[in-house]
Amino acid sequence: MITEKTITDFVYREADLLDTMQWQAWLDLFHPEGRYWMPLEWQQQDPVLQPSLMYEDLLLLKVRVERLAGERTFSQKPKSRCHHLLQAPQIIACDPEAGLFKARTSYIYTETRGDMLERYSGWASHDLVRVGDDLKIKLKRVDLVNFDAPFGNIQLFM
Amino acid sequence: MANYRNNAFAIEALVRQAEVHRDVYVDPEIFEIEMEHLFPNSWVYVGHASQLAKPGDFITATIGRQPVMASRHTDGTIHVFYNRCPHKGVKIASEPCGHTGKFFRCPYHAWSFKTDGSLLAIPLKKGYEGTGFGDAQANEGLSKIKNVVVYRDFIFAQLNDNGVSFEDYFGESLSTIDNMVERSPEGKLAVVAAPIRYMHTCNWKMLVENQTDTCHPMVAHESSAGTAVKVWKREQGDGTETPMAVQLYGPFMSPYEFYEQSGIRIWPNGHGHTGVANSIHSNYSDIEGYLAQMVAAYGEKRAHEILGEVRHNTVYFPNVMVKGAVQILRNFIPIAVDKTLVESWVYRLVGAPDKLYERALMYNRFINAPTSIVGHDDLEMYERAQEGLKSNGNQWVNLQRLYEAGEPADVTAVINGTSERQMRNQFHAWAKFMTIDMDKRIEAAE
Repeated sequence: MITEKTITDFVYREADLLDTMQWQAWLDLFHPEGRYWMPLEWQQQDPVLQPSLMYEDLLLLKVRVERLAGERTFSQKPKSRCHHLLQAPQIIACDPEAGLFKARTSYIYTETRGDMLERYSGWASHDLVRVGDDLKIKLKRVDLVNFDAPFGNIQLFM
Repeated sequence: MANYRNNAFAIEALVRQAEVHRDVYVDPEIFEIEMEHLFPNSWVYVGHASQLAKPGDFITATIGRQPVMASRHTDGTIHVFYNRCPHKGVKIASEPCGHTGKFFRCPYHAWSFKTDGSLLAIPLKKGYEGTGFGDAQANEGLSKIKNVVVYRDFIFAQLNDNGVSFEDYFGESLSTIDNMVERSPEGKLAVVAAPIRYMHTCNWKMLVENQTDTCHPMVAHESSAGTAVKVWKREQGDGTETPMAVQLYGPFMSPYEFYEQSGIRIWPNGHGHTGVANSIHSNYSDIEGYLAQMVAAYGEKRAHEILGEVRHNTVYFPNVMVKGAVQILRNFIPIAVDKTLVESWVYRLVGAPDKLYERALMYNRFINAPTSIVGHDDLEMYERAQEGLKSNGNQWVNLQRLYEAGEPADVTAVINGTSERQMRNQFHAWAKFMTIDMDKRIEAAE
């Protein structure tokens, strides 16, 4: 039985996997047709014909994860680390009949590398689907409050 | 450290035949002189006319560090002026783009200006009677930039009133813009979204040089493009259709021989491009319906000529790069000696299938975004160079690959695609436009 708490726990666990750099376990949270989306416009509707910072399928996410561990990935020498500070997720939908599970979570995200530390704020929206007994990510959408500002490298995942 | 101000000789001495002194990247005074001389003497990209569709539309930009704005006047003409009120200096426009209506109004004291920049009204105007205001520069309204050229909707401006003409400055290099425009079946491009913005903690010239550096992709991008190719082969095998994403990443891993035969073309005044014979953009899948549209618009022969021109990166000196084949323009905006804002614009080919725009947007976020793994590879190299150049062990940067003694500057030539000659070409232009308006007789007399 999937309850609101199942969804909330899922969102917390996902952030925890990122913070502890358990990349493979994080990828395993995605549905095979899942997407990770970082829009570049306010309340953006279209990830394909409007510009985004990221709109990646599982293959591209795997490339990122594998790259992070690469011997010749010089932008990861030293390695980046990240920290998610989440507000309690707001449940947008929890409808097992319709298979709709959605949450929206306000966050502060920190990414560090060497002596650098950058902090970002925004909202993460999770569209989840049930696969067997588990929830999987159909779409993780990350809206930065200042999506239109120029950033330096963002190498990990919000 | 030399004193470079008003010292054309010292500035010219930073550029040798095949080496440049590290001060061009790290010296704050050199950066200041670039802002005062190099950028004002050059033709700099301001924006695209499609961003000024209606009278009253405006955009803001910087030339070097100086805030400027462009507007569409009531009569349809485009004007560029400094973005500051003639009264107290307040910026008139604070947004990247917008619509001002019939006039601009300064938010501080309500001085207003027509959309060609001329002074329209000042509240309580009688306070200026008998003050000689008519002779003040403020009475002219927004200070106008005289040298503005709109070339096939690309707006360029030159701050120096007496600089090299637009035609002489760009010459044949405009052919890349021509090709990008002609890739639209209607011969028209449109900016329909904001650019991707990416802050770089390095000197702006490192980015420009990297555009024609063909010996770095297979090394620096092994981590990104190389991993993409590896993961694709493992996950999907080679038998199925290659997705758009892998088509975009894959060619970065091409071997040296590929880039050698692709060639580089250089032009006078520091312009040049990679990908003469072919390029990393050569082997993208056809997009359904597009070729037929192009043939209908241009005829069989011309359509194939246009689409057969797949130039890789074209540098428009000093700080712009254009990719005609994927409709991208990257603007390397100098902020400080070690800080550069990169704005990467995508143009929509008017009348062409959506899929082309989709691919251009995908390319832009794969390569030019702060979340781009290819971008991460490059920025890491620039940052390390910015740090490494503080070393006094060797004060020169080497640009000697395929240098030939006595090679002429300011010429058009096609050369081996792994040559660093375009970088040498840029630095020749750099020394020229840094000093072209300096009075060299003073140095000679000293």
